[in-house]
Parts: sequence; C-alpha cells; structure tokens
Amino acid sequence: MSTPILSLDAVTKSFGGLKVIDDVSFGVRAGSRTALIGPNGAGKTTVFNLVSGIYPIDAGRITLGDVDITSVPPAARIRHGIARSFQNIRLMPHLSTVENVMLGEHSRRSMLSLARGRRAAERALALLSAAGLDTYPGQVVSTLPYGIQKRIEVVRALMAEPRLLLLDEPAAGLNPTETAALQALLERVSAQGVTLLVVEHDMHFVRNLCDHVVVLNFGRRIFEGTPDEVHRDPEVLTAYLGTPGTLPPAARR
Amino acid sequence: MSGYLAGVIAQLAINIVVAYSVFLPASAGLLNLGAAGFVLIGGYVGGAMTLLFGWPLLLAIPGAGLVAALVAFIVSFPILRTRGVYMVLATFAFAEIVGGVFLNIDALGGASGLSVTAYAGLPVVIPVTLLVVAFVGWLLSTRFGLAMRSVHDDENVAMLFGVNLRLVQVAAFTIGGALGGVGGALLVHQFNFIDVQTTGVLFSIYVLLYVLMGGTQTAWGPIAGAIFFTAVPEILRRVSEIGPGFKFLESSRYIVFGVAVVLIMMWRPEGLVTRTMTERLGFRRRRGATDKSTSRGGAGE
Repeated sequence: MSTPILSLDAVTKSFGGLKVIDDVSFGVRAGSRTALIGPNGAGKTTVFNLVSGIYPIDAGRITLGDVDITSVPPAARIRHGIARSFQNIRLMPHLSTVENVMLGEHSRRSMLSLARGRRAAERALALLSAAGLDTYPGQVVSTLPYGIQKRIEVVRALMAEPRLLLLDEPAAGLNPTETAALQALLERVSAQGVTLLVVEHDMHFVRNLCDHVVVLNFGRRIFEGTPDEVHRDPEVLTAYLGTPGTLPPAARR
Repeated sequence: MSGYLAGVIAQLAINIVVAYSVFLPASAGLLNLGAAGFVLIGGYVGGAMTLLFGWPLLLAIPGAGLVAALVAFIVSFPILRTRGVYMVLATFAFAEIVGGVFLNIDALGGASGLSVTAYAGLPVVIPVTLLVVAFVGWLLSTRFGLAMRSVHDDENVAMLFGVNLRLVQVAAFTIGGALGGVGGALLVHQFNFIDVQTTGVLFSIYVLLYVLMGGTQTAWGPIAGAIFFTAVPEILRRVSEIGPGFKFLESSRYIVFGVAVVLIMMWRPEGLVTRTMTERLGFRRRRGATDKSTSRGGAGE
C-alpha cells in the first residue's frame, strides 16, 4: 500500500459505558476510493464524526498526510483538506442552492468579500453545472427534491477543494438514475485526485465505485481488502448474516 | 405634511433601526430581548454628547453607536455562554441593569428622564435610517452574512465548513448593539426626551415582535414587522375616531392587536416575509411580463 492520506491508529471512543469504536486502525490510501461498511451500529458514522472532529477521541491517533490532527479543532480541519457530507441532509434549509454551495469555500475566502454577485458565485455555479444541478441555483434548498439535495451536499463539500472527501451514505434514498449520476460525479472527482472515503449500504454502488473496503462490526475493524474479497470473507459473512453453529463476534467474547 | 404624520414616520424609521439591532443577532440564531438596553445607552450617551458636551448630531449619533457597540462587545461574552430561552433571559437582565444604572445617574436626569435641546427631525432620521438599511443589506450580502445565516440554520455544519462560530456571533451581537445605540440617539433627539420607564421591557418585547413577526430570513422582515406593528395601532386609533360605531376600538384596539399577533404566528410562523416569498416575488417580476400563466401556477401542481 502506498502512503495513506488518512490513518487511524488504535482509535477508541466510548459514549458512557458503551465502547463504540474499539481500538480501530486502518489507513486510506491517497487517491483511493475506500468504502467503510458494516452492519447498523457498527460505528461507521462515528468514525466520520471522529475524523471530522465533532467528537474528541478517547485514545489513539488520527493523522492526515503527515499532520497529526487528533487535537486540531473541528473548524480548522477543513483547512487541512477534510470535507464531508452527512447521512441525513444537513444543508442550510433557508439558503439557496448556490449560497449553500458557496458556504463550502468559506474557509478559503475573506469574510467581507461579497457573497452575492455573479463573480463570487461563478465557481459554485460551475461546480453545480458539472454535477448537472445548475437548474436550481437561486431556489431555497428546502423546496428541492431529496435526491437533488443529497447531491448538492456533495458539491458543497467539493467547494472546499478537499484532499479527502468523507461521504456518509451518499446513495441512500436515491433512485437508480440519481445513483448513476452520483457515481459519475464521484468518479470525476476521484479522477481529479481527491481521495474518497464512503460509508454505504448499497453494495452494488460500493463494488462499482470503490477499490478498497474496510469492514467494521461492533466498533472493531474485522476486514480490510478489495471489494471482490469482501463477500468471501467468513467473518464478514458472519457479521452480516450470521452462520449456523457460530456465534457473532460480540457474543463470542 | 402634518406634524402627526411626520411624528409617525419618524417613530417608524426609529423602530426600523432598532428592529435591525435585534435582527442581526437573530439572523445568527441569537435571541435578544435586551433592545431597550442598547437604546438607553445610545439615547443617554448621545443625549449627553449634544447636551453636556455640545457635540453636533452628526458626531453624537455615530458616537452613541460606538459606545453601545463597545458595551455589546463586552457583554456578548457572558451572554453567548447561554442558549435559547436562557439567552432571552440574560439579554433581558442586561437591559434591566442598564435601566437601573441610568435611573441612578442624577447628572442625566435620574428618574425624571433626560431632556435634550438638539432636535433630529425627518431630514436627520430618514437618511440615517436609509444608511442603516443599506448597511444591513450589504452585510447580509457578504460572506459574513452567509456565515451568520449558516450559523442560524445549523451551527455544527457551519463550524465544520470553517465558520468561526464565536467570531460570527460576537460580531453579530456587537453590530446589533451599535444599531441599537444609533436608534437610541435618534430617539432621544426626535422626542427631545428619553427615560427608563418608556424604554423598558415592553419596548424590548415590541422590537423582538417586529423582528420575529416580520421574519428573520431576509432584510425585508424587520421593515415589514416594524411597519405592521407601528401602523396597525395608529390605523385602529384613527378608525375609532370615525364615529360612535367604532368607538369600541379605542379601548379594545390592543385586543385586536393581540389577535393579529396570534394570527400571524399561526399562518406565517416564520414571519411575514420569508425567503421563499422574496424568491417567488423576484421570479414573478421577471417572468410575469411575458407569461402571465406561470405566475398562477399550473392546475396539476
């Protein structure tokens, strides 16, 4: 494996008495399209929240490139090149599409520069049209369809020009056409050198898009490998389906 | 123009300025029930500047704004440690403290209020109000405005996109305080008088009503709210003077007023002017001339 852009090193996180992330280590190779999968409650979204800094970690280390970001405050992490989307849409409901997308580059602009006006919105409009979303620039986002909002979130994250893009279930709730459009968008982004880390339940989407898979179960990393290997791995199969005669890992302990 | 009408217009203009002092923090998600505090500071300080130091109005009005801004900056730190209803209480308490302080300064009139001689008529009040409206409009169109409105909608996501929450909230509160001070300086020189009783709790509540009922999503909201709440009681009073049949409105006009507030809350919980509404109006204006049918919307929608 070439140099990882993101490494988790023995990361542990508990909420009260519940160990949600238990000694998890894995690396995301620069330029890769890595999927983070696992059954419900495995800790996938928690990993995203730890990487983006919403929660501090209890033990371990998170590094981005050569930088230890473990104690970097969440508002500063975007300047290190981490941007993300959310499992439940977290666009600003009262802002227009183009304003939401312009928020994406907040960290790269002066606060007093004009936000409206054609010139300031140009990049946002260009990115929106590259994603096929340029028909709604002035519309308040809460009035737009779910699938459109979901993709606007991705475009907003792209505005930050991240090195690492975290996508939390980007295809959830999308119809097949929207999923295909999303995949095309993400492939273009990846071709420009942005590393993708994707939490996703749609395995078809994962196989089509990703070249590397990390599997979590009950807060532990149980598998790391290619999408082809993942559904031949006995432990992964046990985690998802259970196997006659064997107990799931949590019960085994 | 009759003196009565000029008075109503000046009152309305001052109400708009003061409404913006609450609107700016509100558009960053901060509820301020302490408008009276900043207005009192601006009124007493501005009044003292013209009365005791002989400053011209042109200096006293921005000067009062600066002093109010400084106070707002200092108190914003403890106040921003509170949230939601506790912030409402903290700002309310702040205004009460300010009132208590001015009540006890005998050099500024104490309990009998401060009377000043310099007069700010419409030629002063209107340009200052227009300047304030333009300033707020400009501020909202900057990235700072975008950051404020993002913090209002979802502060955690705004933070993840690099918005400095503390900076944005302190700035919104401070600039709001400055506008309150300007409003106070206009008020004291328009009426040649200010006191702690008339600029008290009820005043703060009315200003918060202008903003919340008018709508916090666009800069038009506070104007709509201030016009509505300044005009409705005046109109009701004029109606009550038409004849004996309308006499009941004289005593019950505040009941009508209260019902209007409840109705607005029911029908337009996000305020009279919302973002979706201004977008749609803009759309209709551009399209309406060429295609009347689009403004009505298709039957199948």
